[in-house]
Amino acid sequence: MSTDSAHPSHREEAVYVYEAPLRLWHWVNAFSIFTLAATGYLIGSPPPSVGGEASASFLFGWIRYLHFAAGYILVIGFLFRIYWAFAGNEHAKQIFLPPLWKRSFWNELLHEVKWYGMVAKEPLKYSGHNPLATLVMHVMFVWGIVFMIVTGLALYGEGTGMGSWQHTYFSSWVIPLFGQSQDVHTWHHLGMWVFICFVIVHIYAAVREDIMSRQSIMSSMFSGWRTFRDGAPPIDKK
Amino acid sequence: MTETFYEVMRRQGITRRSFLKYCSLTAASLGLGPSFAPQIAHAMETKPRIPVLWLHGLECTCCSESFIRSAHPLAKDVILSMISLDYDDTIMAAAGQQAEAIIEETIQKYDGNYILACEGNPPLNQEGMSCIIAGKPYLEQLKHAANHCKAIISWGSCASWGCVQAARPNPTQATPIHMVPGLAAKPIIKVPGCPPIAEVMTAVITYILTFEKFPELDRQGRPKMFYSQRIHDKCYRRPHFDAGQFVEAFDDEGARKGYCLYKVGCKGPTTYNACSTVRWNGGLSFPIQAGHPCIGCSEDGFWDKGGFYDRLTDIHGFGVEANADELGGKAALVVGAAAAAHAAVSAVKRARSNGGKE
Repeated sequence: MSTDSAHPSHREEAVYVYEAPLRLWHWVNAFSIFTLAATGYLIGSPPPSVGGEASASFLFGWIRYLHFAAGYILVIGFLFRIYWAFAGNEHAKQIFLPPLWKRSFWNELLHEVKWYGMVAKEPLKYSGHNPLATLVMHVMFVWGIVFMIVTGLALYGEGTGMGSWQHTYFSSWVIPLFGQSQDVHTWHHLGMWVFICFVIVHIYAAVREDIMSRQSIMSSMFSGWRTFRDGAPPIDKK
Repeated sequence: MTETFYEVMRRQGITRRSFLKYCSLTAASLGLGPSFAPQIAHAMETKPRIPVLWLHGLECTCCSESFIRSAHPLAKDVILSMISLDYDDTIMAAAGQQAEAIIEETIQKYDGNYILACEGNPPLNQEGMSCIIAGKPYLEQLKHAANHCKAIISWGSCASWGCVQAARPNPTQATPIHMVPGLAAKPIIKVPGCPPIAEVMTAVITYILTFEKFPELDRQGRPKMFYSQRIHDKCYRRPHFDAGQFVEAFDDEGARKGYCLYKVGCKGPTTYNACSTVRWNGGLSFPIQAGHPCIGCSEDGFWDKGGFYDRLTDIHGFGVEANADELGGKAALVVGAAAAAHAAVSAVKRARSNGGKE
């Protein structure tokens, strides 16, 4: 895709970053997080009461069903995503293993903070995530989602009961760890707000980078290609 | 040798027929098959009564009050005689030094063979001075009795979790039995609840007598047969929950129709107990049936989980009292506002730097 020097005035390089299964996962995941947050909020604060006979309505049942179904999609998606960290290209591993031990990682992260602080004039150029994004993805997304999956399955196991795998592998140790069920609910609920904050920052940063930095962001998660507006090679490439 | 339960029962004028009924009923309430009823009967006929020391620490005596109201008539008459309740300062005839002497007597006579039933818990601050029994801190009495007992029953939420006296800020440092430092390592069964259901208390004792061991316990030390499900799982108002029919206020139409109490703070979905199946006062009713939300009295730290009438728990430690939605909503607002402000500054910066270019 990289153009030759026939048109030196407008050189646009591109790298294939997000492979198709990963892009599909991203959007399925985004959809399930949206569903989980909406239904999860309603589970904490139910909509106004429905009238009529109880047998004629299953409104809250459906809200919970959607939450559980989306939860399962998220869990299966995340398991696939872990598999893809091994099976996919090098970028697929990035959010799981931020190179925290490298001095250059922290230096570049500092530069990225300066860029967002409007101190640095130009951002560095990356084909994958920049260090700041990698760190936020790792801490808030990867560990956030692990936390939500573990507490979520523990709460789900309360309903499926003793002897179910959800109860055996999750509820049986998570609930004593937090003290009791109510606290697990509260933390799971707070986790939703952490994700809402994450989504705000994630979307804002993606749009801003798309406009202001030297590489494409938004379209990359649809096409898989990261295009660059200037000729300099990305810092994490070659 | 101590009398068997059966002998005590017969002495009290209970017929063999009623005795066998009691055995089947107990087998059923323990979740055992009908074939276990003869086993229970056999145990009661042949085994000597278990000597029990029933000690009272910081508590309100609601466990004892519940226990003596065990609803099945037989249970009511028998359970008190079934265990050889050697010491229980609330209901024993002896008083003063005479009563205290019984503790030493039991410890010597049944060293390593009696059950230590704890109602309430010891305060640790001020060397235990906030709870004095017979001139000495309860803490000492508890440790002494625990050294020689076979096993410990933690009656109620006080002994199991701490309950109201251990609620924040817990000035006396009231501590549940299993967390008392220096207590002899004896098996502990927790029977939480404020108070626990009478039939659950008597069934636990019956089980220990019949099988000479504790019933199967969950990871938190509660008997699985009574604490493996939430109030919510067997709640008769559950269909209203699934339908989305909630009581919004205590004087509304939904309250009159017996809708789900989730929105007025029912802790049924987070409370492990048998109230919705065994119920109270001889199976007559239980809080939710009476139109009041469950307050989660058998759960650890239930006093510190915000109002009894709020669905979402208050979160402490942020300087203000707020639930997850209030806290998270504020965080999202701050993040959103920060993103918007950052976007505005970015736009200005970009417009300036691009001014001469395009």
